[in-house]
Amino acid sequence: MFASLSGFFAAGFPGRLPAVLVFSAEPLARLRLLDLAVIALYFVMVLWIGFYLKRQANTSEEFFMAGREMTAWIAGLSFVSANLGSLELMGWAGSANEYGILAAHWYWVGAIPAMLFLGMVMMPFYYVCKTHSVPGYLKLRYGEGARIVSAVSFAFMTVLMSGVNMFAMAEVMKVVLGWDLNFSIIVSSLAVAIYVALGGLRSAIFNEVLQFILIWGGALLVPILGLIETGGWTGFKARLAHNIQSGLTPAGDYTHMWRSLGHFADNPMGIHWTGIVFGLGFAISCGYWTTDFLVVQRVLAANSLRSARLAPVIGSFFKMAVPFIVILPGLLGLVVLQNPDGSLLHLVGENLAKPGSGLHSYNEVLPLMMVRYLGPGLLGLGITALIAGFMSGMAGNVSAFSAVWTYDIYQPLMVKNAKDEHYVTVGRWATILGVLISIGTAYLVMHAAGIMDYVQALFSFFISPLLGVVLMGMFWKRATKAGGFWGLLIGTLTSVGLWAWVYFEPSALRYVALSPDAKTMAENMYRALWSVIVSILVTFVVSLFGKARPVAELNGLVYGATILPKEEPVPFYKNEWFWTIVAIVFFIALNIYFW
Amino acid sequence: MPAARISIWFFIGVLLTVYGVMILGYGIVEWVNVAHFGGQYPQGVQLPQLHAPLWWGAMLEALGLFYTIKFRPGRSR
Repeated sequence: MFASLSGFFAAGFPGRLPAVLVFSAEPLARLRLLDLAVIALYFVMVLWIGFYLKRQANTSEEFFMAGREMTAWIAGLSFVSANLGSLELMGWAGSANEYGILAAHWYWVGAIPAMLFLGMVMMPFYYVCKTHSVPGYLKLRYGEGARIVSAVSFAFMTVLMSGVNMFAMAEVMKVVLGWDLNFSIIVSSLAVAIYVALGGLRSAIFNEVLQFILIWGGALLVPILGLIETGGWTGFKARLAHNIQSGLTPAGDYTHMWRSLGHFADNPMGIHWTGIVFGLGFAISCGYWTTDFLVVQRVLAANSLRSARLAPVIGSFFKMAVPFIVILPGLLGLVVLQNPDGSLLHLVGENLAKPGSGLHSYNEVLPLMMVRYLGPGLLGLGITALIAGFMSGMAGNVSAFSAVWTYDIYQPLMVKNAKDEHYVTVGRWATILGVLISIGTAYLVMHAAGIMDYVQALFSFFISPLLGVVLMGMFWKRATKAGGFWGLLIGTLTSVGLWAWVYFEPSALRYVALSPDAKTMAENMYRALWSVIVSILVTFVVSLFGKARPVAELNGLVYGATILPKEEPVPFYKNEWFWTIVAIVFFIALNIYFW
Repeated sequence: MPAARISIWFFIGVLLTVYGVMILGYGIVEWVNVAHFGGQYPQGVQLPQLHAPLWWGAMLEALGLFYTIKFRPGRSR
């Protein structure tokens, strides 16, 4: 009986699939019936949550802000989960395989200081002014012009990025499982559209928490088994050193984060430590974690100021742990992945891993590791983790798009004084519209893959200048409406100009990134840094020539002019400052250990 | 807040419980099959002798039951 049952569970499933599942190439893995049941159950659960929560999304405050009822834990997990898309999982695992542990900078110095800064310093202003969005804060601080520029660019770029992620995820599913691109795109985006349109932000947040747990449940086993196979971290380093010595693995420092950052030419990313600290740690990271409404929206839904401040702090602990399921599998892949003949498997860039080449790209390292260690059922859970990652990222995008479209574009520019139910209906349709535009972008990218790079570059143009303007508005009472508008505009144009300069004249990289040895990663970091500096300077200079708003009008918006509500005293273990200090200690310890 | 609202942790508990049953169930079947009926481990999977489905499934099951019971609808917290 056991033999036949085992055979039933482990039976290869492709032969029984419906016609829509067209296997276009020989896949890396074949899912069994048990795996498909695990994936199907996940879809049933997310839709159940969406239908259940529809009853709790009747007013605009409920639909767009989840009723501002989320606890610090739920807001914090959702805050991290919305960022943990499939590209985040697979892309950074691939980067770790290519560049080594340097990729972990994007999780530690490239996230933790900014998250703690959001919680402890910026959150009170966002929360106390009761804004519905980051563009909404700009309206309160700088007026309608800055709000519209920010809202239009955010809405446009959010759905475009969502489409790019969707295509990337479908592409991986095609390579790993042989799933048809159309099938992956339509099924997953339809599910997201249903549960977000029904339950609004509450449904997106609830599902993001569920997805976060599943990502860990599905992916954590890979590094655990990988470490067992290699004999722990020490055993891994010994095997890697042996492979490098014998020429099996390209030479390089794969296990230290700071030692090779003294000069651009000393590390494979072509980066200097100043770029990591000031470009990534300040300009890019703060730009994303403190002003991108996709993540800030989750914290705005918290049920109190203390919860809103604690949420990013709680999120920071999980963010620090994510390299264990992303970076570590990428590193372990360097020594454990093998070709069918037993030789070491070398992964290559996307441009070389064409269909029929027999080569695998760096981005496939996480699925390859899953296939290596996970049998029936567990593989389904691993694939569910990847799908959950994609869906949490996409739900984050469309729920943020829906709120910004309705509050910051539709309401001020089209229909000003409609009933509350009207805006909820607009929000539901905006969710569906956001998904449709994302699907359209995914197909656009499918037919012209080069567009993907342009869309990603375009996204980077808007984030950093916004940081400069928000910081000036929040911490300088003298900043004026004209200063904010021109700071945002000229900061963005600086970013576009620097990108175009290097694009048309590659030798300009030595000026933008301060070294002829700099590479693309370094260019992104320094470009972001220059655009923040320019937006701050322009906001400062233009504001000096204008008339500042009376201080009384700045209550709730600016440091020094805001009276923060008094919060009840709590035991130290519930205090946000205590946990911030603990997070800082962990952050420093990790960087010293992997120095 | 209406009393009838279901916590997200209950949904998570239910899903993990079902996953636990499925994966632990498979793990038991595979273990017994290999140990007593001369069956084979799934082809290509590394470290099968560690029986990951067995202990990972048990962990999912324990976690799922904990959340399902602790956050079941109607229970005062």
